[in-house]
Amino acid sequence: MSDHNHHTEPPSDFELKVKALESLLVEKGLVDPAALDALIDTYENRVGPKNGAQVVARAWTEPEFKDWLLKDATAAIGSIGFTGRQGEHMKVIENTPTVHNLVVCTLCSCYPWTVLGLPPVWYKSAPYRARAVIDPRGVLAEFGTEIGPDVEIKVWDSTSEMRYMVLPERPAGTVLGFDIRDAVYGAAGAACRNGRLDPGCTDVPGQP
Amino acid sequence: MNGGHDLGGMHGLGPIDPEPEQGEPIFHREWEQRVFALNLATGFLRHWNLDESRHARERQHPADYMRNSYYENWFNGLITLLVEKGLVTQSELDSGTVNLSEPLSTAAVLQAADVETAMLKGGPVNMEVDQAPRFLIGDSVQVRNMNPEGHTRLPRYARGKQGVVDDHHGAHVYPDSQALGVREGQHLYSVSFSAAQLWGQGDKNGFRVSIDLWEPYLDSV
Repeated sequence: MSDHNHHTEPPSDFELKVKALESLLVEKGLVDPAALDALIDTYENRVGPKNGAQVVARAWTEPEFKDWLLKDATAAIGSIGFTGRQGEHMKVIENTPTVHNLVVCTLCSCYPWTVLGLPPVWYKSAPYRARAVIDPRGVLAEFGTEIGPDVEIKVWDSTSEMRYMVLPERPAGTVLGFDIRDAVYGAAGAACRNGRLDPGCTDVPGQP
Repeated sequence: MNGGHDLGGMHGLGPIDPEPEQGEPIFHREWEQRVFALNLATGFLRHWNLDESRHARERQHPADYMRNSYYENWFNGLITLLVEKGLVTQSELDSGTVNLSEPLSTAAVLQAADVETAMLKGGPVNMEVDQAPRFLIGDSVQVRNMNPEGHTRLPRYARGKQGVVDDHHGAHVYPDSQALGVREGQHLYSVSFSAAQLWGQGDKNGFRVSIDLWEPYLDSV
């Protein structure tokens, strides 16, 4: 949205209600508007899927880190510095040639903020929350991912404060050298979608 | 509660229609940013906990919950909590004017300088409890058929179903109690179910669903 549009579009009733509430809370001394700005900045610019891409890259290139990640994801991820809100209790689940994982929160929108940032709209949407647990193959097909009949699909419904992240399979054919970073981070985009895509998908360049 | 938020297995909601990942902004409107941040910041006032805030959103009329956008539901839940906890009065919301005759303690207000530390710290919910876990990994369990009117994290589609304990996460804060303001630890398990157990036999059903369930939700088989 450009500044021009921003200033010429009349605010909706809802925008006015939000502004009025913020003004009221600031005037009552219950919130600091600078803290609101800092919270927004944190989740728009600092905490996001680039964190998860780093975790996946480490797991793909360091077998010991991968073992640690699968055994104690909270500690392994914390060792890189990704800790805190909505990542207090992490579990990483591994895609293999025979198992494809899909994560959902049917009751709200639980998502591992520390490694993937705030959830995208589709993850929070009613059709995804409704269908992931009853028709995961159909859901994945809608995202362009066909899962063969010999691959088991495992769906994780995040009903507790455990937060799940999928470790995708490392794409075949990546070579050692400078460009492995692109390959690794690119394919790590699949992890950012948390099981939505087929392993090794590289159409979404992750941000190293 | 059997509310509009408990969506697992519902039909008729249409396609997911995701935005292209590269083009999707974190927030789609400026007001969404403010609603997000207002929810997080007011949480630090310690007048309510995470499950109370979830329950406030779930208590909306199911048709409203499902029709509203995500951050509209966050806004509505926040209004409910602010009024119920006495931080804001309905007349203040209606008039937009503060009633200064009722000063509030603002000792816990989140400051900008503390945001990064607070977010990196988070709020772990694991607890030490005296009682040993009732179930072991590998045990078959049956989910209780319970329909509490209050907050619960037991989704409807799992009730009465048989599954297998795959993991024990230790004891975590029990949401059904915490939504009532009582912090109590209960053992938490990862329980998996066959699709046939959840949804009956069918050719779409070659998969498993794993759900995190607290001990009071479960019976042994």
